[in-house]
Formats: sequence, C-alpha cells, structure tokens
Amino acid sequence: MIPLRRFLHTPEAIAGAILLTALFAMALSASLLFPGDPQAIAGPALLPPFQDWSLPLGTDRLGRDVLAELFHGARTSLAVGLAAAAAALAVGAVVGTLAGFAGGLVDEMLMRTTDAFQTVPSFLLALAFVSVVGPSLGVVVIAIALGTWTGPARVARAEVLSIRERDYVASARAVGMHPLEIAFREVLPNALPPVLAMSSVIVAAAILTEAALSFLGLGDPNRVTWGGMISEGRAVLRTAPFLSIVPGIALVLTVLGIYLAGEGIVETTAVRRGLS
Amino acid sequence: MSGRTEGGTRARRFCSSSRAADAPMTRALALLRRRLVGSVFVLLIVVIGTFLLLEAAPGDAVDAYIVSTGGDAGMIELLRHRWGLDQSELARLANYLWALLHLDLGQSVTFSRPIRDVILERLPNTLLLMVSATALSFGLGSALGIYAGARPGSLRDRFLSIGSLALYAVPGFWLGLALIIVFAVGLRWLPIGGIETLASDKTGLDRAADIGIHLVLPVSALGFIYLALYLRMMRAGMAEVWRQDFVLAVRARGLSRRRIVLAHVARNALLPLVTMLGLQSAQMLGGSVVIESVFSVPGLGRLAQEAVASRDTPLLLGIILVSAVLVIAINLLVDIAYAFLDPRVGASEAGA
Repeated sequence: MIPLRRFLHTPEAIAGAILLTALFAMALSASLLFPGDPQAIAGPALLPPFQDWSLPLGTDRLGRDVLAELFHGARTSLAVGLAAAAAALAVGAVVGTLAGFAGGLVDEMLMRTTDAFQTVPSFLLALAFVSVVGPSLGVVVIAIALGTWTGPARVARAEVLSIRERDYVASARAVGMHPLEIAFREVLPNALPPVLAMSSVIVAAAILTEAALSFLGLGDPNRVTWGGMISEGRAVLRTAPFLSIVPGIALVLTVLGIYLAGEGIVETTAVRRGLS
Repeated sequence: MSGRTEGGTRARRFCSSSRAADAPMTRALALLRRRLVGSVFVLLIVVIGTFLLLEAAPGDAVDAYIVSTGGDAGMIELLRHRWGLDQSELARLANYLWALLHLDLGQSVTFSRPIRDVILERLPNTLLLMVSATALSFGLGSALGIYAGARPGSLRDRFLSIGSLALYAVPGFWLGLALIIVFAVGLRWLPIGGIETLASDKTGLDRAADIGIHLVLPVSALGFIYLALYLRMMRAGMAEVWRQDFVLAVRARGLSRRRIVLAHVARNALLPLVTMLGLQSAQMLGGSVVIESVFSVPGLGRLAQEAVASRDTPLLLGIILVSAVLVIAINLLVDIAYAFLDPRVGASEAGA
C-alpha cells in the first residue's frame, strides 16, 4: 500500500479522498437509506431544515424530502460525470491516436474536425444536442462528451507523434504488424498516461455541465439532479434560499474533492516517475 | 512555452527598434492569411454539423409555422415546396450554405423575424458581459497569480492556490444565485437582474451607469470562476520560469526582488495566458448562457435558452454559428496580438 500512503501525503489529497469517499458512499447508499421514489411527496411543503428529524433537511416546494433528493442526486452526478468522462477520454484517445499515427490527410481532417468542435462553445453544443434529441440520461452523457473529447484528442495526438518514431514501433513495423494493430496495441497504451492525467478535470467539468444543463431544465426529468434541485429552489429564493444553497454546496464539495484527489494522483505518479 | 529566456526578451527589444519595425506587421499578416484559410474549413465543418442537427430535429420549419398560424394539408404541401424542403438532403445543404453566404440565417418562428436581426440585437449585451468578465478574470487573476507566484511555497501561495481551486469548483449559475441572495435580496445593494432599469428614459452617462450597476453581479459571477484559471496558470508558469537559469543570472546582477518578479519572471509567464484568453472565449460564451438566464440579461445566451424552451431549433443553431464565428474572430485577434508580443511566433510560419 505504499502508493496509497504516498498519495495521502499532502493534506489536500487527504481532503480530496475524504470528500470523494463521502460522495461515493452517498451515491451507493442512496437506494438503501432512501428506498422508493425520491421525487415522491414525503411531507408538508417547504418544511425548514432541522425541524422534523424524519426529514432532517426539510422539504422542497412540492414536499419532497431534500436529504433523499441530495443522496439520489449524488448518484446522477457521479454516474453522468464518470460516463461522460469515460466516453470523452475513449473517443479522444482513439481520434488522437489515429490522427497522430496516420498523419497526412487523415490527420488534417481529424484535427480540423477537432478545431470545429473546439470553436463551438461546448455548453451550447450540449444544449442544442439535448434539445434536439430529447432529455434522458444517455443523451446528456453524449451531449457532454461531444464537447469534451477534443482536449484528450490533442494530448493523445501530441504524445503519439513522439512515440511513433521510437524503436519498438519501428520493430513492430519490421515484423509486419498491421498499422492499425501497431497504432492500437503498441502506440495507444503508451500514449495513455498524459491523457488519463486529464481525467479528474474532465470528470469535474462533466459534473458541472450536467448540473448546468439540469438547471436550465434539460436534465433527465425522471431523475433527481442537483442542478434541477437548485433550479426548483430558485422559485422560492427569497423565502427559502436554503433549498438552492444545499445542493450547490454538495456540487462544490464534489468537484473540489475530484480536483484535490486528481492533483494528489498526478503528484504521486510524478514522484514515482521521478524516482524510477 | 517554457523556452522563454532572457535571450527572448532581448530579441523582442531588438525587433521593436526602428530597423525591424515592419517585421511584426509582415509576420502578423502572413499568420492572418494562414489562419483565415484554416478558419474557412473549420467553419464549413461547423455549418455541416449544425445542418445535420437541424435535420435530426423532429419537425421542420413548416410544421412550426403551421402550429403557430394553422393551415390544411394543401397549405403544408405548398409551403414545403416554396421553402425548398421537398428537395434532397444535398440540395437542402446547398441551399443552406447559399443562404449563409448571404448572411441569411433563416426566419425565427418564435420571434417572427429574421434570425440574424434577433441575434444582432442581443449580441452587444453578451459582448459587454464577456469583455467585462474577461477583463475581471484576466486582470485580477494574473495579478493574484503574480502575488502568489512571487514566493512559491509560501503561506499566501498555498492559501491562494487552494482558494482558487475551491472557486474553480463553484458552478457559475450557483455563484450567481448566491450573489443574488446576498447582494440583491439581503443587502439590497444591487439590482436582481436585467440589463437596465425598465421603462426609464435615462440617456447618455446615466444610462451607462445604470447598465454598469446591473452588470456588477453577472460579471462577477462569470468572471470569478475563470479568475481561478488565470491565477493558477500564472502561478504554474512562474514556478517554471523561476527554475530557469536566466533568473539566476538576473539575480546575480543584483536586481531587487520586486523587479525580478515583475520585469522578468511574471513577464515571461504572461504569454501563455494570452493564448488562454482566446481558448477560453468559447467557454466564456457557454458560461454566459447560464449566467444570462440567472440574471435575465437579454443576451445571446438567454436567447439560446429561450430558443430551447420554444423548440426554435433554427434560432438555436444560428446562435451556435454566430458563436463559432465570434470564437474564431477572437482567436485570430489573440494570434495577431501574440505575433506582436513574441517575435519568435509566426517567424517560422511566415517563412514556410
């Protein structure tokens, strides 16, 4: 467990680990602690927090249990964040590897397409995609991935450009491996580390984008989302600001935890690489 | 990026002397030409992409028109034919491109006006918001970054570094709501939303001041998030510059720490931030969608949200196209500024 001890070396990384553990615990225990529909009415509307201990954080405008919504919202945030980031990293790595390894016209076309995706504000693209296809969890994931694969693609391409001239690639060519096989079995795995180093930032960005989409009413209507909760609370911002503040704090802590843990991991691996 | 040395600074001084005064201009023009050609391709891909999205949207312009005005099947047939919607996909793409070449984005069903006019009406508000927020985030962010990066590892460096990370984790729309709760609802210092006081006949400076007051909260909400980005970049860049040999040489010359920090370390770390300014413009535009709808600023972002709400897909895609053009233009400006700031940039490209 030496890597773990090295990872927990800085107070920042420890804080990040604690926040992420709490988040995962919330997401995984949501249906155990709060079985049933979190969108069902649980009590009187707009019950302030800390009044009734069966509803610790009170209820929202429609009488739904805020704490239950918070737990189920953690689930949506985490699922969408991880799925969108995984999709973005996979597409980015493949596109970047193809562009860097093939070169020439293929490279030019793929990179101009990357430029085009980077030129359109990713949030507007996600907004348009969800609005055209219709809001559901899968569509939201694709919409977010559409705007985030470009960064990993650029990093992967730059890495592949330096790898493809190495000796082991030349020897793979010499033994007659198919170019695609070289690209995906020899080059891609070696180009992955810097791409994966971006994953914490991408997961964080995906969670923030999901929240913003649901805030604007484009989240999956059948799921509780923190962004949707904030949007709901906005209607009673003057009388019950608590309803928009709580899910917002959950969002901030989640994203902060991901950043801190991500920095910790990058530092740990950097130290390891420095030692070897 | 990390290759900036004392030699680079000297070369810049050399270039700005009268002997080579025209060099930056020539380089900038060559760069501009190259980038313009690339931009045309990029824009073409964006147009094809928006066209595909438009095709994928359920219903077409005729359906939307009929819903708002009413009409029978014969009327639908006639309109489809008149608007060229009964032609093949490729013919429609060609029509779309042809119309775009004439700066015709089509007709907005919700506003019953040309999309171009609706967008042009909203654009100034968004630009005002973006430019102010960029000035805030870039100015304050790089200043705080210099303050933190001047003493790497110090208490203030650690504090600012964690503080900026926390700020970067805050969703813009939520920061906006928090600002509204504190400054508009609680303290009642600032207006809750809008771009100016409605139905007031203020003119000239009074009106500018009124708009300024209305912009304080949205600009803060949008600017503070990206402030963290510039702060962290400045700090990281300075940490890299500190390690370079020329810093030792400058120290050996006995310059004051203040001078070393400002004239050498910060100056050399500033250039990547200029590039970021261009790259961030797309993010900033995306962020303004949410901020504008939180503060009811009648800009492009709010228009996008209205287009989504009323299922006006052509309007939404028009906004995306205009945003893409805007982002390309901003990045061109940044590239040109860069060519003037850094004599090495573009020199090789211009020769090629």
